[in-house]
Amino acid sequence: MHHKTLAELSAGLAAGEFSSVELTRHFLERIRAHDERLNSFITVTEEQALAAAEAVDARRAAGEAGPLTGIPLAHKDIFCTLDVRTSCGSRMLDNFVSPYDATVVERLAAAGMVMLGKTNMDEFAMGSSNETSCYGPVHNPWDTERVPGGSSGGSAAAVAARLTPVATGTDTGGSIRQPAALTGITGLKPTYGRCSRWGMIAFASSLDQAGPMARTAEDCALLLSGMAGFDPRDSTSAERPVDDYLAALDRPLDGLKVGLVREFMAQDGLHSGVAAATEAVLEELKRQGAEVVEVSLPHAHLSVPAYYVVAPAECSSNLSRFDGVRFGPRCEDPKDLEDLYKRSRSEGFGAEVKRRILIGAYALSAGYYDAYYLKAQQVRQLIAQDFRVAFEQVDLIVSPTTPDVAFPLGAKTDDPVAMYLQDIYTIAVNLAGLPAISIPAPAADGLPTGFQMIGNHFDEACLLNVAHRLQQATDWHRHAPEGF
Amino acid sequence: MQWEVVIGLEIHTQLATRSKIFSGSSTAFGAGPNTQASLIDLGMPGTLPVLNRRAVEYAVRFAKAIGAELGERSVFARKNYFYPDLPKGYQISQFELPIVGRGQVEIVLDDDGVKTVGVTRAHLEEDAGKSLHEDFHGMTGIDLNRAGTPLLEIVSEPDMRSAKEAVAYARKIHQIVTWLGICDGNMQEGSFRCDANVSVRPLGKEKLGTRTELKNINSFRFLERAIDYEIERQIDILEDGGRIVQETRLYDAERDETRSMRSKEEANDYRYFPDPDLLPVVLDEAFIEEATRDMPELPDARRARFQEQHGLSAYDANALTATRAQANYYEAVVAACGDAKLAANWVMGELAGALNKAGCGIEDCPVPAPALGGLLARILDDTISGKIAKQVFEAMWAGEGDADRVIDARGLKQITDAGAIEALVDEVIAANPQQVENYRNADPAKRPKMIGFFVGQVMKKSQGKANPQQVNALLREKLGG
Repeated sequence: MHHKTLAELSAGLAAGEFSSVELTRHFLERIRAHDERLNSFITVTEEQALAAAEAVDARRAAGEAGPLTGIPLAHKDIFCTLDVRTSCGSRMLDNFVSPYDATVVERLAAAGMVMLGKTNMDEFAMGSSNETSCYGPVHNPWDTERVPGGSSGGSAAAVAARLTPVATGTDTGGSIRQPAALTGITGLKPTYGRCSRWGMIAFASSLDQAGPMARTAEDCALLLSGMAGFDPRDSTSAERPVDDYLAALDRPLDGLKVGLVREFMAQDGLHSGVAAATEAVLEELKRQGAEVVEVSLPHAHLSVPAYYVVAPAECSSNLSRFDGVRFGPRCEDPKDLEDLYKRSRSEGFGAEVKRRILIGAYALSAGYYDAYYLKAQQVRQLIAQDFRVAFEQVDLIVSPTTPDVAFPLGAKTDDPVAMYLQDIYTIAVNLAGLPAISIPAPAADGLPTGFQMIGNHFDEACLLNVAHRLQQATDWHRHAPEGF
Repeated sequence: MQWEVVIGLEIHTQLATRSKIFSGSSTAFGAGPNTQASLIDLGMPGTLPVLNRRAVEYAVRFAKAIGAELGERSVFARKNYFYPDLPKGYQISQFELPIVGRGQVEIVLDDDGVKTVGVTRAHLEEDAGKSLHEDFHGMTGIDLNRAGTPLLEIVSEPDMRSAKEAVAYARKIHQIVTWLGICDGNMQEGSFRCDANVSVRPLGKEKLGTRTELKNINSFRFLERAIDYEIERQIDILEDGGRIVQETRLYDAERDETRSMRSKEEANDYRYFPDPDLLPVVLDEAFIEEATRDMPELPDARRARFQEQHGLSAYDANALTATRAQANYYEAVVAACGDAKLAANWVMGELAGALNKAGCGIEDCPVPAPALGGLLARILDDTISGKIAKQVFEAMWAGEGDADRVIDARGLKQITDAGAIEALVDEVIAANPQQVENYRNADPAKRPKMIGFFVGQVMKKSQGKANPQQVNALLREKLGG
C-alpha cells in the first residue's frame, strides 16, 4: 500500500478499497518500524491522526470527498500546527506548542488530509544536510551513513522511505529541491507568493516559500493545488487564481524550448555522474519533441554570496523574537535583562543559526549596509534580469539540482562554505522568486540525482506538465531505497 | 554672550483607527493587560503583518493638511533592537522612504506675527507595548495592548527659536490632527507625545550646537518648562567652558528638570532594512482622492477666512480656530446674531470663562451656539445691555431657557422710556448735591470721567436695566457745564 502514489491512494479511497483510518494506521506503523533508522520525524501525532482519519472517513461517507480527502501527510516542523509542538528543529522552540495553524496546514486539513506528524529539519531551516537539527541528523534512506540534504531533509527522507505518501517542505535557497534530489523524490518550490507564509516560521522572508514533496509530479500537482492560493493574512501572497495543474499535466512537449544553463554545466565540482544524469533527462526531453538550447545566466555565480548576505540579514531580524520573554526556554536565574537575552539565546540557538545571525547583523550594521545588504540586493536584481532575458528565448531553464550526490554525515559540517555550495544551482531561483522543480534523474554511484527545471513566474503548471511527461516515459522516480 | 536657541520636535500622534496598524486587535485604551494582543501583536512565530488601510488614509490626510509631498512609494522598514515590550525584536517603522514628505505649518506668535515651521517628514510606525515595574516583586510585567497601535511620527525642521515657539508648533500639530479627526489628541493617555531636540549656539553662528533629545513630556506646559530648563542647563555648561554631550534626557515634571537617560555612545545601531513582509505602499490618485474627499476646511484656511470675512485680528482668528468644534460654534453664533466682532468677544470671553470654570469642552457646552447668538441679538437690538446680557447668559447656562425667556421671566428688558429714565436721573441729582457741585466746578476735561459716578447710581437704581447711552446723554444735559 505504501508504494502507491497519492493519486493511486486517492483512487483506492474513492473506490472503497481501504479507509483513511486503515491508511493512516499503515503509515503510522511504518514510521514506528523504520524511523528509528532515519530520524525523519520530530513528532508523530498518532492520536490526532487517527481521530482526523475517522472524521474524514465520515465525511467521505457523507459524500464530501475531494482528491486529497483521507490521504496522510507529514508537515515540516516549520509550519505552525495548532496544539502540536512546532519546534523548527531548534531547542529554542522545543517547548513551543503552537496556538494556531499555518494557512498551508489549515488548507490541507480542510481538504481532508490527515497529518501523521512533524518532520525533522535543519534548525530554523538553516542547513543543507539536516545535521543542524537539535533533534539529531536525518539519515538518507538510500544509505543511512549519508545525509538526506536539507533543510527539508526529514520530509524528503520520509517520502523516499514511504513513511508518508507526501509531505510539505519549505525552500529558501534549495531546501525542498536539494533534499528531493538527494533522496530521489520530486519536490517543487513554487513562485514566491504562490503559497501563504502565514504560520510558516520565517527564516528569510523575501525568499521563503512552501511547496510539495512527493514521489511524482502528479502528486506534487495534487498537493500544491491544496496548498496554493491568495491569503489576506500574508501581504506578499499573490492575489491571482491558482492554475489547474492537473489539467495541464498531459500536454505534449512538442515545440517546448528548454534552456540548459551553460555556466552550471561548466561548474567546478560537478560530479560526472550527475552531469551524465542531466544529459539523460535532456535526451528524453528531445525524444518527446522538446528543443534544447544553451542559455546563459552571467550573474549566477554571484548568487551564493548575495544569498549569504540577504538571507542572514533577514534571519538576524526574524529570529530576534526568540528572546526568552514570551515563549521558548528562558535561562535559569537571569541576573538582569541583558543576561536573560544573552544566555537564553546562547542556550537556545545552535551554532549554524548563531553564525547566520552574526553574519546578518554585521551586514545590516551602520557603515556596512551599503557595501553588503544593498549590494546584495543589486546583485539580486541582476540575477532576476538574467532570468528575464533567458525566458525571452526559452520556456524552461534546466540544470542539475545539485552538483553532487548525497555526502556522508559529518563530511561538510566543519566547512560551512563547502556546505553552502551545495545550493549553488538552486539559490538563484529563490533570489529571482521563480518556481522550480527537482525530479529524480538516473542514479550516480548508486545514489539518487536530481534534475532541476526552472519556470517563469507562476508557471508551475508548465513545470509539473514537463515533469509529469518525463515521469510517464521513464522510471527514475520509481526506484525505492532498499529495506524500506 | 548672546545665545540662539534651536529646537526641533518629533511628535508621535496615535492614529484614531479602530484596529491596530498591522493586526485586527482593538486599539481602545484601558483594557486589562494583554487582552487586546493578538498572535501578531505577541510576535508569535510565523505571524505576519497586514497594513491597516485606514492608517494610510489618515497619513494622506495629514500630508494634504500641511501641503506636504506624498511619497508615491513609501517603504516600511524594520528598526531592530531588543526590549521586552517590543515583541518581535524590531519595530516596523519607515526609514528612507516615509509616506509624508516635506511640508509646513504656520504658527501665530504672541506678538500676532506668523511664522512658518517646516515639517521634514512624517512616517507611519507601530507603537511598542508597556513595561510595568510595579506589583511584580523585582520582576517586570509586560502589557502588549498598546503594541501595534498606529503612530504617525511627525518630524519638524529645527525651526523653533524658543520654548514658546515650540509649544505653538506642537499646539498647531495638535490642532491639525484633532481637526482632521485622525488623532484624539489625548496627551494623558499618550495619544500625542512630543520629543524635543534642543541645542544652543552663539547668536549669528551658522553651525548648530550639540543637541540633546528630551523625552517623556506629556503636556504643553511641561514641554515649555522642559525646554526652558534644558536651554538654561546648556547655556550654563557652555558659559562655564564645558561641552554638551549628545544624549537623550528624560523630563521629570515633579522636579522640573531633565536627567540623562542614555548617551549617543550607548545608543543602538538599529540596523534598519526594508521589511520583507510588507509590500511598498504605492499611492494612486484614486486612493488619495478617496482619503481626502471629506476633509474639512483646514484651520489655517479657516483662520484666514475669519480674518478676511469677519474682520478679526490674527490672534483672535487663531484663538477661534483652536479646534474645529470651536470654529463651528463661533460661526454658528455669528450666523445667529450677525455681528462677528461681538460674537468673537463673547465666545473668547464670557463663554470661554464659563467653559473653563466648568472644566468642559465646547462640544459639551450647555448653551448651544444659536442660543448664544440669540442673546447677542438682544444686545444688538437694545433689548438688554451688555452687562445684563451676562446675567442672562448665566441663567441660560443654568438651564433657564433661551435669552428671550430669561429676559421675560426676570424682567430684565432694558428701560428705554425717556420719562422713566429722566425720573431716575432727577432722583440721583437730587440725592447727591455735593457730587453735583464738584462736577460743575471741575475742569471740563475731567468731567467725562466724573460722570461715571452718576451713571453708576442711575444704573443701580434701575437694577441695571436703564439704557446706558440714554442715561449718559440725559445726565450730561442735566448736569450741564
